Amino acid sequence: MLDFRNKPKTRKPAGDFSDRRKFLVIFMMTCMVVLIGRAVDLQVLNKQFLKAQGNRRHVDEVSVSAYRGMIKDRNGEPLAISSPVQSIWVNPQELKLAGKARIKQMEKLLDLQPGKISSLLNENSHKQFAYVARRLNPGFADQVKALKLKGVYFEREFKRYYPAGGVSAHLVGFTNVDDIGQEGLESGFEKLLKGIRGSKRIIRDGQRQIIADVENIKEPVAGKNLELSIDQRIQYLAYRELQLAVSANKAKSAALIVLDAKNGEILAAVNQPSFNPNTRKGLKENLYRNRAITDVFEPGSTIKPFVVAAALDGGYVRPGEVFETHGIYRVGHHLVKDVHNYGSLDLMGVLKKSSNVAVSQMALKMPPKYFWNVYHRLGFGMAAGSGFPGEASGSLLDYQRWHDFERATLSFGYGLSTSVLQLARAYTALADDGLLHSVSLLKRDEDIDAQRVFSAKTARSVRAMLENVIMKDGTAYEARVDGYRVAGKTGTVKKAGAGGYTGKNYFAVFAGMAPADKPRVIIVVMIDEPSAGQYYGGLVSAPVFSKVMAGALRVLDIAPDQESTMPILLTRQDP
Amino acid sequence: MKTETRREQLQPPSLLGNILRKLHIDIPLFIGLVFTSLLSFIILYSAGGQETGILLRQAARIGLAFVLMAVLAHIDPHQFKRYSTLLFNIGIFLLIAVLIMGQIGKGAQRWLDIGFFRFQPSEMIKITTPMMIAWYLAEHPLPPKSKQLFIASLLTIIPTLLIAKQPDLGTALLVASSGAGVLFFAGLSWRFILAIVAALSGMAPVLWHFMRGYQRDRVLTLLNPEADPLGRGYHIIQSKIAIGSGGIYGKGWLGSTQSELDFLPESSTDFVFAVFAEEFGLFGCLGLLSLYLLIIGRCLYIAARAQDTYSRLLAGSLAFTFFVYVFVNIGMVIGILPVVGVPLPLISYGGTSIVTLLAGFGILMSIHTHRTFLPN
Repeated sequence: MLDFRNKPKTRKPAGDFSDRRKFLVIFMMTCMVVLIGRAVDLQVLNKQFLKAQGNRRHVDEVSVSAYRGMIKDRNGEPLAISSPVQSIWVNPQELKLAGKARIKQMEKLLDLQPGKISSLLNENSHKQFAYVARRLNPGFADQVKALKLKGVYFEREFKRYYPAGGVSAHLVGFTNVDDIGQEGLESGFEKLLKGIRGSKRIIRDGQRQIIADVENIKEPVAGKNLELSIDQRIQYLAYRELQLAVSANKAKSAALIVLDAKNGEILAAVNQPSFNPNTRKGLKENLYRNRAITDVFEPGSTIKPFVVAAALDGGYVRPGEVFETHGIYRVGHHLVKDVHNYGSLDLMGVLKKSSNVAVSQMALKMPPKYFWNVYHRLGFGMAAGSGFPGEASGSLLDYQRWHDFERATLSFGYGLSTSVLQLARAYTALADDGLLHSVSLLKRDEDIDAQRVFSAKTARSVRAMLENVIMKDGTAYEARVDGYRVAGKTGTVKKAGAGGYTGKNYFAVFAGMAPADKPRVIIVVMIDEPSAGQYYGGLVSAPVFSKVMAGALRVLDIAPDQESTMPILLTRQDP
Repeated sequence: MKTETRREQLQPPSLLGNILRKLHIDIPLFIGLVFTSLLSFIILYSAGGQETGILLRQAARIGLAFVLMAVLAHIDPHQFKRYSTLLFNIGIFLLIAVLIMGQIGKGAQRWLDIGFFRFQPSEMIKITTPMMIAWYLAEHPLPPKSKQLFIASLLTIIPTLLIAKQPDLGTALLVASSGAGVLFFAGLSWRFILAIVAALSGMAPVLWHFMRGYQRDRVLTLLNPEADPLGRGYHIIQSKIAIGSGGIYGKGWLGSTQSELDFLPESSTDFVFAVFAEEFGLFGCLGLLSLYLLIIGRCLYIAARAQDTYSRLLAGSLAFTFFVYVFVNIGMVIGILPVVGVPLPLISYGGTSIVTLLAGFGILMSIHTHRTFLPN
C-alpha cells in the first residue's frame, strides 16, 4: 500500500494493474476460445474422418500360411517336412526413421553384411515392402523382435526340410522360397500338398506389431500328406550302390529304378549325380534332373526278351526253333552283325549270347503291325503314367514308316528310346506272367490297370531263358544274387553322337528280376558313359543290380528260392 | 474498486478464515489443485497402460510437491523477496555448471547429479527468474525506465539462452514468459509492447535463419503435418486422430485405442491431453479448461489482492506462466502450435515440473495468507 502512495498523482497508480489484468483476462479468454474452437474442429467436424484414420492404423487383415503336407515313404518315414519359421520384412519408409545405429544392430543380429539393410532401404525407398531375411529360426527372429524396431514385420512361414537329403532329392524335388513346389513331386503334387491360405483380422500397436487376433476370417486349410510307394531303405541302398558304381566307373551319370513286380509300385528311383535339397547352393539343372523318369536312351539288347516273347506268343517262331546266325545278316543294303559268330542258336541261346542276327530274323518274320503293337502295348513311346512332372515318353515310330532294316534294329533296341522307368515297367509283363502293370509313385494295394501283353506260358518260358543269362557262361554272371534265382538281360548300347553310332561311348544297362520263379522285384540299372575301362552292361551295371536286388529282397523279406547258392550262414541250423 | 478492496482488507477475519490463515492454505486454489491432481491419476492410469507403478510414482511426486507447497506457504513473502537475488544467482550458476558438464559429457544435459537425486536447475530458474525481476523492479519506481527495462530484459534473456542452449526449448519459453509476465504487470508501456511484437515479427526471418534443422522442421510440420506422415508429422497426426476420435462425449475412461495401442507417442507425458480428449471428448476438454481457468483466475485474484509490489508482480507472473503452460501444451497437442517440450501442467507424468509448479502455488498461497489487515 505504501508503494502507490508515493506515486505521482498525474499518472495512473503504477503496480495497480487492473487494466493490465483486464487485458490479460481478455487475452487468455481469446486463447482458450481458440483452443476450444480447434477441439470442436477435431472432435465434431472432423470426427468421422479422424476416427476412420485411427481404425485404419490398428485394424488390419493379414493372410495366414497354411501348413504344407508332408511327403513320406511307404513306411511313414518323412522325406519332406515343413517346420514353422519366421520371415522378416520391412516397410522401408518406416524403418528409415529408426536411425543408423538401430539398423546396424539388426544387421548384426541377422548376420548380414554391414550396410546391407541400408542399401536395401535405398533401393526400395518408394515401396512399402521388402524382405530382409526369410525362414529364420523362430528363436532367432524373437531376438530381432526384441529390438522393437518400427517398420519391421514378422510373418510366420514354413520351411521345408528334407531329412533324406540327396538320396531322394530327385524324386521329392524342392520348393522355392515362397513354399511353392519347383521340382519333382513337390511340384507335381503342388495342389494336394499346399493347402489353402487363411486370413485373420488383427490389431496392431504403434510399433506395427500384431498384438491381438480379433477373429479368423478364414481358417487356413493344411495341405494333405503324400504317401509314396518308395521304400526309403531300398532307396538308400540303391543310392549308395549307384554312387559307388558311378565313381568306380568314372561314369557321367546313372539312374536306377526298383519296381514291385506284383503291382507296379516304384520302390526306389535314384539318380547320379545328386544334390542336397536342403541348401541348394550352386544348384545346376543337370544335378536335379530325375534321369530315371525324365531322360531317355536307346534300350539296346535289354529289349530282346520282348522280341522273343512276341515271336513266341504270335506263333512266329516255335519253342524249339534254331537260328543259324553266321555272325552276320544282310537286310537290304545293310548288315546286322554279332560280336562273334555264334553259329546255331536256340531261343535260349539267342538271349544268352544276345544275338542281333537272330532277333533280326525273328523280327522280320513278324508282320510290322503285330511287332509294333507289342512294343506299343508294352508302353514304349508313351509316358509311363507315374504322375511325375516332366515324365519322358520316349519315341517309337509308326510301323507304316518302318523299312526292313528298321524292323531289324528295333529288335535289338536301336531306333526307339525309353526311360529307365518305361523299360522297368515293360519288364513287369515278363515278371508277372504276361501282365503289364501301370506304375505308381504313390503307395497302393493293387494295380487295377494291369493289362495282358503276353500269355503266361510265354512269359514264363522267356523268364526261364533269362535265368540263363545270369549263368556262369552268360553275359551277366555278375548279376547273380546268393540264394535266389535271378532272370535278367544286359544291354551295352552305343551312344548316338553327331555322326551316328561312331563314338566309343556307351550306356551300360541291366534289367532283371528276382526271384525268377515268382518275381517280386524288378530292377533296371542304366549307367551313362562308364569310362574307367569296362563298359559292358554285364560288368558295369549287373553288379549294382546284384547288390541292390540282394538288399531289396532282404528288406522285403522274400524267401530264397535257390538253396544251392544260399550263403552258409543262412542254412546252418542252430545247435 | 480500490475502496472496496481496502474495506475488505480491514474487516476482521471470521473464525474459519482465521484457522485457514494459520494453515496458510488458500482453499479455492487448493481445491482446484487437488481436483487437477485427481484427474492426473485417472488419466495416467489409462495412458500408462493401466499400471499401478506409474500411479504410485506420480503420487509420490505429487505428495512431495504438496508438502513443499505447504512449507513455502508458511514462509513470509518478505523472505522470498530478501533471498531473490541469491536464489537467482545460484540458479544461474547451476545452469552454467550443467552446460559445462554437458560439454564434457558430449551431449545434451539438463541434469545435475547430486549423489542421491538428480536435480534440474532449469526448473528452479522458472521460479527464481520472476522473483529476481520482481525484486529488481520493485526496488525502483514504477513504471520502469529504460535502464531498468534493459536490465530486466537482460535478467530474462540470460537464463532463457542458457536453457535454450541445453537445448530445452519448452523450459526456455516458460522462463521467458515469466520474465515477460513481470515486465507486463510492472507497467511496461503499450508502445513498448507493440514495438517488441513488431520487432519480433520483423526478426522472424532472422530467427528462422538461426534455428536448428529440427526446430525448423517442427514449424514446417505444424503447417503441414501430412507432408511426412511417418516421420516428423507422426506425432501431430496421431495426436489429432486421438483427439478427433474422441468426439463430443469421448470413448470413456480406459477406452482410448490410439494411446493404448502405442500409436500415440509420449501419451503419458507431453501428449497426455490427447488421451484425455479421446476418452472424455469435447465435454471433458471444456471441463479441464474450465478447471485451469479457475486456477488461473484465482492466481490473478491473489495477485490483485497482494499488498506490495514485489508480491503483486511475482503472483501475476506465476499466473501468467501457468497460463502459458496450459496454452502451449494444449496448442501443441491439438496442432496449432509447434511441438515444444512443455508438459500439461499438474497432469503430465514426470516429476520436476509438478514440484516446481506447486512450489509456485505455495508462494502464491504465502502471498495471500500473509497479508496484514491493518494498513501500516
